[in-house]
Amino acid sequence: MIHSLFLVNASGDIFLEKHWKSVVSRSVCDYFFEAQERATEPENVPPVIPTPHHYLISVLRHRIFFVAVIQSEVPPLFVIEFLHRVVDTFQDYFGVCTEAAIKDNVVVVYELLEEMLDNGFPLATESNILKELIKPPTILRTMVNTITGSTNVGEQLPTGQLSVVPWRRTGVKYTNNEAYFDVVEEIDAIIDKSGSTITAEIQGVIDACVKLTGMPDLTLSFMNPRLLDDVSFHPCVRFKRWEAERILSFIPPDGNFRLLSYHVSSQNLVAIPVYVKHNITFREGSSQGRFDLTLGPKQTMGKAVEAVLVSSQLPRGVLNANLNASQGTYTFDPVTKMLSWDVGKINPQKLPSLKGTMSLQAGASKPDENPTINIQLKIQQMAISGLKVNRLDMYGEKYKPFKGIKYMTKAGKFQVRT
Amino acid sequence: MSASSAFNDEKGGSSSVGEPEYGHDPASGGIFSSDYKRHDDLKEMLDSNKDSLKLEAMKRIVAMVARGKNASDLFPAVVKNVACKNIEVKKLVYVYLVRYAEEQQDLALLSISTFQRGLKDPNQLIRASALRVLSSIRVTIIVPIMMLAIKEAASDMSPYVRKTAAHAIPKLYSLDPEQKDQLIEVIEKLLADKTTLVAGSVVMAFEEVCPERIDLIHKNYRKLCNLLIDVEEWGQVVIINMLTRYARTQFLNPNINESLLEEGGEKTFYGSEEDEDEDDEDKDKKAEVATMAKRKPYVMDPDHRLLLRNTKPLLQSRNAAVVMAVAQLYFHLAPKAEVGVIAKALVRLLRSHSEVQYVVLQNVATMTIKRRGMFEPYLKSFYIRSTDPTQIKVLKLEVLTNLANETNISTILREFQTYIKSMDKDFVAATIQAIGRCATNIGEVRDTCLNGLVQLLSNRDELVVAESVVVIKKLLQMQPEKHSDIIKHMAKLIDNIQVPMARASILWLIGEYCEHVPKISPDVLRKMAKSFTNEEDIVKLQIINLAAKLYLTNSKQTKLLTQYVLNLAKYDQNYDIRDRARFIRQLIVPTEKSGALSKYAKKLFLALKPAPVLESPFKDRDHFQLGSLSHLLNAKAGGYQELPDWPEAAPDPSVRNVEVFTLLERVTTLTSVPEWTKCSSREKRKEKKVEKPFYSDSEGESGPTESADSESDSANGSESVSGSEVSGSGSESEESEEGSESEEEEEEEDEEKDKKKKKKELKKKPVQESESEQSSEEEEEERKHERKSKPRKSDSETESGDEEESESESSQSESDESESEAEVKKKKKAAQSKPPAKPVKTDGKKEKKEMSLLDLDDFEPAPSPQVTPVNSFLSSSLVTDLEGLSLSDSVLSPATIAPSSALKSYELLHRITGEGLSVEYCFSRQPFSPDANMVAVQIQFTNNATSDTKNLHMEDVKLQSGMRVKEFPEIELLPAGETTTAVMGIDFCDSTQAANFQLCTHTRKFFVSIQPPVGELMRPIFLTENEFKKEQGQLMGMNEITERLTLDVKCRNEHTIVQRVTTAANLSRVPCGSDKECRFAGRTVTSSSLVLVTVATKEEGAAQLTVNCEKMVIGTMLVKDILQALTQ
Repeated sequence: MIHSLFLVNASGDIFLEKHWKSVVSRSVCDYFFEAQERATEPENVPPVIPTPHHYLISVLRHRIFFVAVIQSEVPPLFVIEFLHRVVDTFQDYFGVCTEAAIKDNVVVVYELLEEMLDNGFPLATESNILKELIKPPTILRTMVNTITGSTNVGEQLPTGQLSVVPWRRTGVKYTNNEAYFDVVEEIDAIIDKSGSTITAEIQGVIDACVKLTGMPDLTLSFMNPRLLDDVSFHPCVRFKRWEAERILSFIPPDGNFRLLSYHVSSQNLVAIPVYVKHNITFREGSSQGRFDLTLGPKQTMGKAVEAVLVSSQLPRGVLNANLNASQGTYTFDPVTKMLSWDVGKINPQKLPSLKGTMSLQAGASKPDENPTINIQLKIQQMAISGLKVNRLDMYGEKYKPFKGIKYMTKAGKFQVRT
Repeated sequence: MSASSAFNDEKGGSSSVGEPEYGHDPASGGIFSSDYKRHDDLKEMLDSNKDSLKLEAMKRIVAMVARGKNASDLFPAVVKNVACKNIEVKKLVYVYLVRYAEEQQDLALLSISTFQRGLKDPNQLIRASALRVLSSIRVTIIVPIMMLAIKEAASDMSPYVRKTAAHAIPKLYSLDPEQKDQLIEVIEKLLADKTTLVAGSVVMAFEEVCPERIDLIHKNYRKLCNLLIDVEEWGQVVIINMLTRYARTQFLNPNINESLLEEGGEKTFYGSEEDEDEDDEDKDKKAEVATMAKRKPYVMDPDHRLLLRNTKPLLQSRNAAVVMAVAQLYFHLAPKAEVGVIAKALVRLLRSHSEVQYVVLQNVATMTIKRRGMFEPYLKSFYIRSTDPTQIKVLKLEVLTNLANETNISTILREFQTYIKSMDKDFVAATIQAIGRCATNIGEVRDTCLNGLVQLLSNRDELVVAESVVVIKKLLQMQPEKHSDIIKHMAKLIDNIQVPMARASILWLIGEYCEHVPKISPDVLRKMAKSFTNEEDIVKLQIINLAAKLYLTNSKQTKLLTQYVLNLAKYDQNYDIRDRARFIRQLIVPTEKSGALSKYAKKLFLALKPAPVLESPFKDRDHFQLGSLSHLLNAKAGGYQELPDWPEAAPDPSVRNVEVFTLLERVTTLTSVPEWTKCSSREKRKEKKVEKPFYSDSEGESGPTESADSESDSANGSESVSGSEVSGSGSESEESEEGSESEEEEEEEDEEKDKKKKKKELKKKPVQESESEQSSEEEEEERKHERKSKPRKSDSETESGDEEESESESSQSESDESESEAEVKKKKKAAQSKPPAKPVKTDGKKEKKEMSLLDLDDFEPAPSPQVTPVNSFLSSSLVTDLEGLSLSDSVLSPATIAPSSALKSYELLHRITGEGLSVEYCFSRQPFSPDANMVAVQIQFTNNATSDTKNLHMEDVKLQSGMRVKEFPEIELLPAGETTTAVMGIDFCDSTQAANFQLCTHTRKFFVSIQPPVGELMRPIFLTENEFKKEQGQLMGMNEITERLTLDVKCRNEHTIVQRVTTAANLSRVPCGSDKECRFAGRTVTSSSLVLVTVATKEEGAAQLTVNCEKMVIGTMLVKDILQALTQ
């Protein structure tokens, strides 16, 4: 399946290669570089590139291209999904997945890649298993390692892969037993010029951080499970129990993991937390444009809208923007024409606004397109869909764990057309 | 793969590639000598005794390898450490070894013995890792060692080692393809493995080594389907893709009678019946099985259904590849109506990373062409955001275009309007193309689109204008005559539009369709002639073209203008224009010199140009398996396995049968709860607990599909109490009537039996009640019993309860034996002396019954009605009698006019196809005592052959979900020339779906199927007139179907009507005051829904038929059946 993997950084250098079968010359990446040159933006590089003898399937994460070399038919999503899993694993191990982090930990990276694929076919991809095989580097461990000469590789051979719960490592022990769940919802919406919603849906996830001793069996139930329209689970969730009773029943992996992601699509259910009043105009024949933007809270159920960040790609003809923000700071990048305004918290009494003029290229005709406005925001302690966890129970272990649930709403791909 | 390694060998490994890299590494200093020095110190470190030094050295070496630098000269020093005690050093040595072994084969051999030792290690993980590294060393000399190691590991105790063995198979195959045959043996062995850990890997090996050996899958098909959910995600993808291909070769196309279905559901049902009638008629038909398969309405193979059902939950997987794999499986295999379920999951994937979106959208685009309706509800999910990468935008646009239809086109167009204003010009161009395609596909909006596009002509962006003009041109070419006003409008635009490309395009249009705008075109030419000198070159060329075309059509008005233009062009700066002018002048203006061509000038210039076809680039992409690399590239990728076409006739489904217990397993999975299946497998591997799928218990307890099924089961169970009551009364009444007619002899006999049964009743009663009350639980237990009893008597599949019953019965009836034996002989004689069919049948039946008394070992489940009402002796069935007795108050139905002589028998197996064995069946209309929800089917076997037939039994029952079958007990011996009958029960689930099974003798197997006419899916009940009216009042509206008819001439009296209706459907008559009306009532067997029939007669044979039934499908079918019965 996956023959080789090349890691290519933003400047087009291959800084790591790994071969699972016979060695493929790195010159194969030339085809990739060609495609990279053709694409105007890095994200426009086609994920699948055919070459005379191979196929290159790549993903772009953290400005690093992970290019897999394939020799024969294989479902492209299989490779793409695997590459993303590799990146997630790196992130899990090193905190960040940057070129520097990979270079610093090249031995661990190599060991990981060796375990994740055997002959190009995925072998161990569960983070719990991998962590048993290869311990993630920590400052303390690095120091101890240098002094005592001990290793990153687990002394004990992993048992998880052989156990009935392949995602959970055995022999987990904690003094404080705790289980935290974060219900995070993102609103994806397109708002049209007049302020009406064209499409809106909620994408939610429940991320868990479970640190429990032994083999706990958890059940999580919701007050209103019918809300969840389309769900996808971590493999640990007993699907049949969900189908029958709408209860999440699972033996959790150790540590952080995504328990489920869900989708609430019915448009009436989606409350739009903010509104935008905008007036962006360019006049024919004048080299000035007006820019006027006001934000206000809409349906927030009394919760504060925080960390608001407005960004907009202004037309190419705009030379500069001379604006005045009533709150927060704004920046305008004259090269990329990207305007971003860090608003912060919206105060309903004094609505934040950004007003001023844009100067256009002299003599150029007025741009016929209006920029779209992208909004990011956060609302704490609320899931906008109204989803509520009813209770969390633990079976199979004696102790009483500490349980916590946090709700948060964010804007996902929240776009206002002007 | 072998090719690739060879390719690398030629290049002399990667040394040539790696070496120049030295210079790039700042750490290496860039000087070769220092590099050697560094390698020297690495060697020293590796040779030292300290693990920490070795580790440090190995880390540096691995870092070099990772950067793609050559470290091959360190090979001897590294390979020495292969036996190092330190795990990390060891691992890094492995990494190095696998990378360079190919280049240094001789030295690599030094390490082999270490791995061979590892293969014998007591720790499974060490065995596995030894095998893994050994098989990764691509050195041809060790092929035999690898082969041996794989074979040994394939039968290792540990599933983890077996998994590693599966991984090693493709490695060895790529190293030496000659080992294929031996490897296939190993694959075959591993395919039979029952652990989820191995399944994915071995299927992967199968796909790489021998994808053409589909026959290896047969025996493992059901196991793979059942294990699928517990397999790790990557394995799931591979298995699902393989099973898609498998299913394409083994099952019939579920959409084969799509056309029929479109005509209406009833028609297909009807068609089936006609088919059956035909089958009855032409008796000498050979190869019945094959033709049946072709002619029969499509019935899904239960294995096909199993696959669809077991993959469905995987749509919920977090892994996009798994979701896509299931989606493509549904797209390629599921009946049209069921494909819709995948849409939601695919739309969900659109939230994922952009690479995932890219692949998913490509597949969605292909799907939307074939099945637009599926994604229509998700239209808005494909709306484009300005932040999407262009390649995603274009794909979304493609999907939106494919989804456009009359109802949503206005919203889509409004959406497109915003896209046109985008800053991304490539995307705008794609949008204009999309608008053009919408306009071609949907006639209603063509004008709107055209107008919109015309407006775009004034856009400042050249790309936009060019694209719009091209699209407008294409659109106008399709229906030029209708759009003369647009052409006129465009002619007006020429004053304002400055973009040369657009002007040129407009002129071309006016020239091409000058006949549609005869008044305007000369004027345009006049204007253009005026501004000729200031125009751009492409516009000038089009002016000349326009002039030429006008000259040919309207020379009177434009002759001078053309001359003028041509003269201007003659002195143009551009030689192209001068050339063109000269050429055209020669062509259109007839002179002596101009040759024959000028005659054809008009044809040359005004030839009908074909309208360009605007179609999706994704059209017909679905001949590639969706989700595959080949589909994405729209070109066959290396190693792509073509998705086979559906077979014409289904190949023998019995190849998938495994053993007897698996057969049973399947039957239960189909009907309801598979927990015990899992239990059984668990029992079997109790000693290897590790292997069992993790969730097997909990799944059993509350499976999604299973639980749904079991729910319905329990529902049936609760109903069955009332059901049995009713059926009891019905049968009782019949018996009482018929009893009086029957012969004395038999009566005596039956009386005797009744006594016995009453005795037993006392014993049995409590059990019976509890049975019916908690049938779902009971069923499960029953199955367990069944399973236990299975090994003892693997052939006759009798339920435990019945077993006990019949055992005790037979012990009691021992005393009667001699008597009945004598009787049998008498009967036999009689049978032989009477050749006609009917009597033979009846005698045979009696005989059969007594045989069962004789035959102590035959655990005859006392199948209730061995009897047709015709020969009408009392049922020997214990249970029926009991029921009858216990419910004696509800009797004396005044109306059950049993349709005498009316039981129609159908042929199950013709004597020629059956090689002497002919089988007929009829619906005996008796309640089926072991299970009140089943329809009793009486089967009559006649052995016309010269030799005895032995071990008649049924096997391999294939049913639609929810249906159940109670098999008839095995008939041990059917002597030549003899006839016998048996009764089986089928729960048709109130549908006319056929029950397919195999009829097996000791030598042969025959595929047969039983399909009930709708009238047999009900049992009579007794209602009073008032009750009837009350019930009828509640079943109005949708549940009532009324049909007018003219009665057949022979059928104008009450008696015949009653007779005909009761023949057509198993209903009982309801007393009625009026003689103009006949009323009948019944309940469907499975769900006990009321079926009420009223036939109101009027003058001169006119009549009105009314059927009230909750189940509308049954109602409509019943109306047709009764209508047919009354009018013929």
